[in-house]
Amino acid sequence: MRRLWYDARVRGWAIQAFLLIGVLGAALWIAQNTMMNLEARGIRVGLGFLARPTEFPISESLLPYRTGDSYGWAYVVGVGNTLWISVLAIVFSTLLGLLVALARRSAHPLLSAVAAVYVTLLRNMPLIVQLLFWYAVITTNMPSARRALHPLPGVYLSQRGIYLPSISAAAFCEILIAAAVAGLAMRGVLRHRRVTRGTLPAVGAAVVAGITAVATIAPKPHIPHLVGFNFEGGMALSPEFAALMIGLVLYTSTFIGEIIRGGIDAIARGQWEAARALGLPERELLSRIILPQALRVILPPLGSQYLSTVKNTTLALAVGFPDLALVINTVINQSGQALENLALMIAIYLSISLAISALINWYNAHVAIVVR
Amino acid sequence: MTSMTFAVVSRPIPPRAPPPKLRRPLWRLLFGDALSAAITLGTIALIAMLLPALKWATVDATWHAATPSACQGAGACWAFIGAKLRLILFGLYPPTQQWRPILVIAITLLMVLASLSPRVWGGRLALLWGGAILVMLTLMYGGFAGLAFVPTSKWGGMPVTLLLSVLSLAFAFPLSIALALGRQSDLPVARGLSILFIEIVRGIPLVAMLFVAAILLPLFLPAGWTIDKLGRTLAALTIFAAAYLAEVLRGGLQGLGAGQAEAAQALGIPYWRMIWRIILPQAIQKVIPPLTNTAVVMVKDTALVMIVGVFDMLGAGRAAATDPAWPAPYTETYMFVATMYFSICFGITIYAQWLERGVRKRSHG
Repeated sequence: MRRLWYDARVRGWAIQAFLLIGVLGAALWIAQNTMMNLEARGIRVGLGFLARPTEFPISESLLPYRTGDSYGWAYVVGVGNTLWISVLAIVFSTLLGLLVALARRSAHPLLSAVAAVYVTLLRNMPLIVQLLFWYAVITTNMPSARRALHPLPGVYLSQRGIYLPSISAAAFCEILIAAAVAGLAMRGVLRHRRVTRGTLPAVGAAVVAGITAVATIAPKPHIPHLVGFNFEGGMALSPEFAALMIGLVLYTSTFIGEIIRGGIDAIARGQWEAARALGLPERELLSRIILPQALRVILPPLGSQYLSTVKNTTLALAVGFPDLALVINTVINQSGQALENLALMIAIYLSISLAISALINWYNAHVAIVVR
Repeated sequence: MTSMTFAVVSRPIPPRAPPPKLRRPLWRLLFGDALSAAITLGTIALIAMLLPALKWATVDATWHAATPSACQGAGACWAFIGAKLRLILFGLYPPTQQWRPILVIAITLLMVLASLSPRVWGGRLALLWGGAILVMLTLMYGGFAGLAFVPTSKWGGMPVTLLLSVLSLAFAFPLSIALALGRQSDLPVARGLSILFIEIVRGIPLVAMLFVAAILLPLFLPAGWTIDKLGRTLAALTIFAAAYLAEVLRGGLQGLGAGQAEAAQALGIPYWRMIWRIILPQAIQKVIPPLTNTAVVMVKDTALVMIVGVFDMLGAGRAAATDPAWPAPYTETYMFVATMYFSICFGITIYAQWLERGVRKRSHG
């Protein structure tokens, strides 16, 4: 008996058996309690409600939705909104974060001081307070639509939200395709490297042709204009969407800025000095020596920052933007099926998280140094 | 012939002074070349865009107002914060009893000040914190020795934010040690369960966890068992903090190297004593900066409990701002609340930097 107690393997199995029994027992206990409670309250569990028609509106969505569509479709619309604001927030906060990192690293004292204050200030306040603050600024401090602020041509700020000039989706696609063709053509030209006298006029002609083509195809943007008490035309960002985007992008950019700055700082000074000593031009120094190395340091924390940004979009429900969390909250109130809806909520966010981290891991492995 | 004697006299070359630091005058830095001048002007233009907001917050603001209707100017209504300060800081706690939450805030401050120096860290300080938490909770509840009983539904404001932060971190810390050890363990069941717990909690948003705690926890418990709303949100915050702290601690355990554990085993030190006396003290010391970071995250995350209807500082401020007598002073309220959070979180950040400097000084001898 004594020998058994001191045998590490036996003890290991005993501990694991106790753990397993304890966890399974707790799970069973919770399941039993839940079943009894559900029975006592007369709640039937099941996913049947997903096919039932809804009785609530969704104020704005990427995918079409009308009151009376099925609960299942409301879910799809919620997921669509969540992914949409996640992608937008990630793209814009990465761009802004890059600027913040460059500003903080710059030798310019005023610029780096402003960037440092910006980062310190926004990092140390809860995101939800910042979102509510921006929502309050838009809905209570902005003027009415008739006296909207007009900071840039075509841009209007008012209590009703933000109005921007826009172009139609078809025109946007045309411009995208034109840009892609132009990019490919440029790449083809640059591949040859040798720009001879013969090719120069051809390149010049192509550029002129491209500009005239864009100028003729380019559609007139829709500029918002005041009609009665509100604006018409252009792109309208609701106060909810605008507050969510401003708050989320500003907050996330401080974290991304610090990640990028840390990554560039992590590259040894010797790398800069050696590249300069070799006479590498400044642009290639950055693109061929510093950034590829910094990227390996930056990517893992950047990936987890993207993950937390997706999770942070759930705070949209504080300002009333209908992301998945707000839709599920409404569905729970309307259908009374809390258990299934919260299980679905956890399952959906877990799968989004797992998908993103799988993507990040794949990319990390792709750029990692191969150690032989 | 004269004999010649040679002597080698070596005179050390005095060390050369370092090259003078390139110190350019400030105006040269700001306007030295075209690029710097452009950046300077651009930054000034950016700051100038904030001037209307500054004017709103200072020159145009109403600082004192005898009645809510006096707050009709174009500027901020700071008078509202003054008038509703009690509601924002203490929520619905009975006004005659508000010395109790004030005392709780004072105890928290005192305890934080007392545990600043790493020299006092140890089992005795942990016990002292346990005692302080008990005293704070009994003070808030009351119901003895003539103190009126105050249910948690009446708690609010600053003490709730502080209690949620301190309690969630205090409860989560032991749990996170178990999870981090489990994740590093050789036992497959312990490792699997720890990984499952940590990854699931880290994969879902805190909002989902708060919903589960607020809506589903009563379903999970036998009929007749009730935990009030504050306790349920505390449970969610604790589980959340435990998963994140466990990952931080895992970093410390991995950074330790196998030699420490192997040496302890070679000396015949029993497992738990080895963990307690050798592994954990070193692992925790390694991860003090990210631990303080997690503390900042948790303080900020307590603001989310407003979503499930707990009156923390944010919830109390929001409730105060709905008073229809005042002209919708939401912006002012959120600015005030954000300032309070900022002072707590920035304080922790400064403290962490001070700690790190101390650690670096010691490791350089």
